[in-house]
Amino acid sequence: MTAVPASEPLLRVQGLEVHFPIKRGLVFDRTVGHVRAVDGVDLAIDRGTTYGLVGESGCGKSTLGRAVLRLVEPTAGQVVFDGTDVAALKGEQLRTMRRRMQMVFQDPLGSLDPRQNVESLLAEPLKAHGLGGGTAGIAARIRELLDAVGLPTAALRRYPHEFSGGQRQRIGIARALTLEPDLLIADEPVSALDVSVQAQVVNLLEELQERLGLTYLVIAHDLAVVRHISDVVGVMYLGSLVEQASADDLYEEPLHPYTRALMSAVPVPDPVVEAGRERILLAGDLPSPANPPSGCRFHTRCPWRQETRCDDEVPVLRELAPGRLVSCHWAEEIRDGVLRPKSPEEVAATQGVSVAPTGVETIESDALVQGIDAPIERT
Amino acid sequence: MIPAEPVLEVEDLAVRFTRRGEQPTRAVDGVSFSVAPGETVGLVGESGCGKSVTSLAVMGLLPRRGVEVSGSVRFQGQELVGAPDSQLRRLRGADMAMVFQDPLSSLNPTVPIGTQVTEVLLEHRDMSKKEAVDEAAALLDKVGIPDPRRRLKEYPHQLSGGMRQRALIAMALACSPRLLIADEPTTALDVTIQAQILELLRELVVDTGTALVMITHDLGVVAGLCDRVHVMYAGKIIETADRHDLFARPRQPYTGGLLASVPRLDGGRGAPLTPIRGSARDTIPWAEGCAFAPRCDNAQDDCLTEVAGSTVSLEPDGPGRELRCRHPIQYPPSTGGATASGVLR
Ligand SMILES: Nc1ncnc2c1ncn2[C@@H]1O[C@H](COP(=O)(O)OP(=O)(O)OP(=O)(O)O)[C@@H](O)[C@H]1O
Ligand SMILES: Nc1ncnc2c1ncn2[C@@H]1O[C@H](COP(=O)(O)OP(=O)(O)O)[C@@H](O)[C@H]1O
Ligand code: SF4
Ligand code: SF4
Ligand SMILES: [Mg+2]
Ligand SMILES: [Mg+2]
Repeated sequence: MTAVPASEPLLRVQGLEVHFPIKRGLVFDRTVGHVRAVDGVDLAIDRGTTYGLVGESGCGKSTLGRAVLRLVEPTAGQVVFDGTDVAALKGEQLRTMRRRMQMVFQDPLGSLDPRQNVESLLAEPLKAHGLGGGTAGIAARIRELLDAVGLPTAALRRYPHEFSGGQRQRIGIARALTLEPDLLIADEPVSALDVSVQAQVVNLLEELQERLGLTYLVIAHDLAVVRHISDVVGVMYLGSLVEQASADDLYEEPLHPYTRALMSAVPVPDPVVEAGRERILLAGDLPSPANPPSGCRFHTRCPWRQETRCDDEVPVLRELAPGRLVSCHWAEEIRDGVLRPKSPEEVAATQGVSVAPTGVETIESDALVQGIDAPIERT
Repeated sequence: MIPAEPVLEVEDLAVRFTRRGEQPTRAVDGVSFSVAPGETVGLVGESGCGKSVTSLAVMGLLPRRGVEVSGSVRFQGQELVGAPDSQLRRLRGADMAMVFQDPLSSLNPTVPIGTQVTEVLLEHRDMSKKEAVDEAAALLDKVGIPDPRRRLKEYPHQLSGGMRQRALIAMALACSPRLLIADEPTTALDVTIQAQILELLRELVVDTGTALVMITHDLGVVAGLCDRVHVMYAGKIIETADRHDLFARPRQPYTGGLLASVPRLDGGRGAPLTPIRGSARDTIPWAEGCAFAPRCDNAQDDCLTEVAGSTVSLEPDGPGRELRCRHPIQYPPSTGGATASGVLR
């Protein structure tokens, strides 16, 4: 592992696919299809940087994060962490690798055991891995962690429910940091928090990154938060990346039609800006990932869809300018204003709007997804 | 132009929850506001500040037991506080309607949405069954549900979140209400779907002159939709202003703090956000001073005392503005507000 050059990204994901079988029948024994939750994703995250992953609910963001940690087995593709293919690891090696990658969850209350006080929540991972150097060492480490996330030592004897949402998220972050990971995967780390408290947690994450040299994969649906903390942003739609760029470039000039629509839909807390904005409204909903549209997956909602290529040819993620990846057949023409967008009504009339619910057959899939934000590894 | 008569006038509304064996809690405390036809009024604030309780009290939807509602809610001149259930039921669904955050829990899962919409129409409007079905399809079409005839037969779980919210709005619109209260109607939705729903509400207000009360925690939604805004904290309105004034020159340190703490899509990377200290749990009772004082950078000793028997009170603060604060954010007299002093920088 020491041979890995520092210029090599800390995490490299190649051709990653995660397909979930859709089961039917009384005992769910028949597989009637697959949900293509993640369907061929390539990305790389440089050391000490933040990669932000955005997209609408159900587009596969969390599944991707879980596949990186091997909390779900990828159907295909590779996850290379610090030069090592994670899939090849077993037993002790896998445990060591997992220690270096930790997860911060959306709902801190749901991911912290309510019967353990903070001290025991923070000591547990150390003890489980035989780290921390005995009782005194563990106690010192816990104090250090509390201090790092800005909680008083008085917090040690208290239980998760006694804290506010923001404080609980601090505990969640402290717990993720106990084993000195290199990579933190934060899945919607602030979306359950009050607006005034979100900023505290965002600042804390940034401060910790600077201090500890951490690398982040931040998954969030709030584009403003992601813009604020990310170096590179990837936009997902129905299991695939449709665009990737540095945060500044992406927000300066989004190139993919979906990114454009997504950005124009985010409300800005400024009435002057709001009044003068061009809004690209999309027709209809996200199609089901169990039965994604042919060709470009966005073609059923795309205001720029063309008669040729869009419906039957899958666009590849290609480099349009240095560091700017886009998967759209017409990206140049759209950027240069040669092609004009249609209104949502026209799109709905000509492209047929999907009003099918997101996910598999909703009810079942929702129940399946319940388990997603469960904490990892309570060994 | 003479301002239109308000559709809704709420005055000094207070709601206390009195559960046996527990200290009574004041969820809403002395809230006053009004809404005119064609106007959109925003109620903003963080989770637990009393937005939903206010709207439920206005609609008469709070349980009678264990809840004390006082003050006045006048809807088109009729007093609703203490009005009999029969009167409230007649008004709800016909003249005033509400849309909730979670459409699934406000739709009946076992009844096709078409039936749910036609039921409202049959109850409140003089129509035959056939006319009601036609009207229901027209309503679904109006809120942007494609293929409405077929959708009428479907159950709520067969629709996506966005479509369910549209169905709920269609039901709310069934009787062309004079007042629509939307409580976080887009919080559970993705942004592209949120944009569709907000556009729908915008059109509705312009086309029909419905008075809209928009309840949200999202300052961006407020900036794009509301004419006038009331900011709530710990059960009270702490600042009221026209949306342009509010965003350009917030006066209450809490409002200013909220604006400084949200990252903006058009903002840059790097500069740390300015969060508000502590959390909504760190409040003191209004009876002892300003509830926001423990988190406020402008707080001084007099924020923690009563003055002449009254606590920090809501006072007029220039044209169309009201403010509850003893040491508000100050702005240099001539400039537009870009260089705010106090907690903003
Ligand atoms: N049935 C009830 N019994 C006791 N207290 C209640 C009840 N309903 C609400 N409350 C309390 O009233 C206060 C205001 O609640 P409300 O639901 O209006 O907040 P909110 O601003 O709508 O929050 P959110 O954004 O989370 O929905 C809270 O402190 C809440 O705990
Ligand atoms: N264990 C599972 N079984 C079946 N379907 C799943 C499972 N986990 C996720 N999915 C489906 O995969 C898709 C992507 O889910 P997810 O990654 O959770 O989306 P996001 O995090 O972007 O909201 C969704 O359609 C979801 O219903
Ligand atoms: S390939 Fe066609 S449908 Fe897809 S995003 Fe580009 S223009 Fe739209
Ligand atoms: S009254 Fe005092 S504590 Fe309350 S917001 Fe104003 S300055 Fe702050
Ligand atoms: Mg998720
Ligand atoms: Mg509420």
